[in-house]
Formats: sequence, structure tokens, C-alpha cells
Amino acid sequence: MKAFAALALAAALAVPAAHAQQKVIADKSFIRFALTQMGISVEGRFRKFDAAVAFDPAKPEATRGEFSVDLASIDLGTPESETEAKRKPWLDVQGFPQAKFTSASVKALGGGRFEARGPLTIKGNTHDIVAPFTVAESNGVRIVDGQFLLKRLQYKVGEGEWADTDTVADDITVHFRFALPLK
Amino acid sequence: MSLAVSPHYTRTAIALHWIAALLIVGNLGFGLYVAGLHLSPAKLRYLPWHKWIGVTVLLLSALRLLWRLGHAPPPLPATMGATQMRLARLSHALLYVLFFAAPLTGWLFGSASGIQTVYLGLVPLPDLIPKDKAVAVVLRAAHKWINYSLAALIAVHVAAALKHHFHDRDDVLRRMLSPSRGPAT
Repeated sequence: MKAFAALALAAALAVPAAHAQQKVIADKSFIRFALTQMGISVEGRFRKFDAAVAFDPAKPEATRGEFSVDLASIDLGTPESETEAKRKPWLDVQGFPQAKFTSASVKALGGGRFEARGPLTIKGNTHDIVAPFTVAESNGVRIVDGQFLLKRLQYKVGEGEWADTDTVADDITVHFRFALPLK
Repeated sequence: MSLAVSPHYTRTAIALHWIAALLIVGNLGFGLYVAGLHLSPAKLRYLPWHKWIGVTVLLLSALRLLWRLGHAPPPLPATMGATQMRLARLSHALLYVLFFAAPLTGWLFGSASGIQTVYLGLVPLPDLIPKDKAVAVVLRAAHKWINYSLAALIAVHVAAALKHHFHDRDDVLRRMLSPSRGPAT
């Protein structure tokens, strides 16, 4: 057992620190979402989020990324809907202030396209998601841009009377863009 | 061709008046009810209906105005004084302003809130202004007060019609009930 632990430790230390994790450039990044309310697309975003990412397009499998979203920073169309979104049936920001995503694996799809996979935790519920994204470089900044489909009911976002998907659909499209410094 | 003004309302004018009356009074009450609901699935289901009736009122009002341009309403009774006639014309002009202002502020409020209006769930209407929360708050208040004003003016309109009928005993109310009513030509 001891030998195994030592081996594991050695293996862990042996992982080369190819590149350190970087903070995203907040004002060039965003997390937006679109939900369908009575058949009409309604957009929103989160103003505050944080991410530390180590990503090298040449070695996508070595990617490490930790993302957290401050759910109370939700921006919707009206103060009334923002208040409702923060309440218990929806995001319950008092009980669960943050959503978290850990990029467990990234694979290259070719042509500047990649796919991140990992657990997303919202409101204490964790499910794996797959998020395809593209990478582009300009002006010393690497732009990671992608989107994924979030099934809100899997995370108990919109409970009770709000579980009715005829009024607010289960599918929420999340569109993210993260700007990372190249150096 | 005679330019003489008919003493009667056309059947079309009468029909449009009462359809508009039903929709406007109904939507004033319905709007007040929906606005008072806390945000719930029921509220999200009712709001589009309120918007659709509002858009219908907007279309009907445009139609009525066009019809009115081609078919002048019958003259006011000669028994009315000059001031009373001026007030009658002013209140009708104001009613029309509000018939447009009420749905338009609603449409603008919806646009500023980022919730597009899809008429009858079929025809997407363009958003008139970009999404802006601060603007939405102002437009919500404007929509509310314009509709309170409209409700008050409709109350005056109804009271005046009843006064004409029961006190002045003229044909002002009757001629809006039937195209055959009104002073003999």
C-alpha cells in the first residue's frame, strides 16, 4: 500500500508543469445563455465568473481548467425575473452561490475545433457535459469560444410549478467565450 | 358627389367601435390582473395574450382612423354648446392618441425587457429598441400611467354618452348602437 502511494506521488510529481494555469481576461470573456420562454428565445448572462485555465492547442489532453460562476450576478431582462431566478426554485443563490465546471478532458477534433468534457455542478447537482469549442489567436490573446446545451431540470433549476417545460423549455443554450493571455 | 356629412355612423364604424371597446376594456382589466401576478408560469402564459390583444387594438385603431378619414362621423347635436363641442372633439382626439400610445409603450416595454412579441404565436414583431433594463423600468411606468389615463378617459366617455342619452335626451348614444338611428335626413 505504501509503495503504491509512493508510486502515485511520484507519478503526480512527474507530470510536467508544461504551462501554468492562467486567469481569463474578464472584460474580453463572457458567459451568455438563451432560454426558451413560451416559445420565445430570451437571453441572459452572468456578469461575474472566474476561470483558471492551462491550455495548449498542441497538447489538448494536458488541459486543466477550473471554472466558477457567481450565480447571483445573473443578468436578465427585468428586475422581476432576476429576483425570481435567484430564488430557491431556480438557482437558489443563497444555498448554492456558485456553479462549477472542471474540464476533465479535452480532445482535438481538428481544424481548430476541440471538445471539453467534465462535470458541471449547479445547485448541488453534478452531471458531465460535453462542450465543443474553437480556438483563435489575435493580438496576443487566445479566444476560446464554444457552446453547450444545458438541461435545466437535470440540475433542478426551475422546480415545482416551474418544472413545466411548456412555459420554460428544459434546454438552455450556454454560449461562452474566454480570453486567455498568450504569455 | 355630395360632401354633406351623413347623420349616421356606418355599420363598419359601429362594428369597429364596439369590437375595439370590448378589447380595450377587457385588456385594461386583464393587463392590470397580469401585472399584479407574481412571476409564475401562469403569468408567462397570460402575458402573450395581453400583448396579442394590445397588437390587435393597435391594428384596429389604425383601421378605425383610416375609416374615419374616409367616412366623417355624424355631426354633434346642434343643442350642444361651443365649449361642450370643443371638449367632445378634444376628448376623442385624446382617446385616439391613447389607443396608439397604450399598445406602443407595451411593445417598447417588451423590447426593452428582451422579450419579443410574436403576434398570435405566429408573427414575430421586430423589437423596437434594444434590451436595456433602465429603459424597461421607465417604459413600464409609462405603460402603466398611459393606461390609467386611458381608463379614466373611457370612464368620462361612457359618462358623457349616458349624460347625452338620459339627461340631454339626444341621439349621441343611440346612433352608435344602430346605423338606422339618428336624426332624420
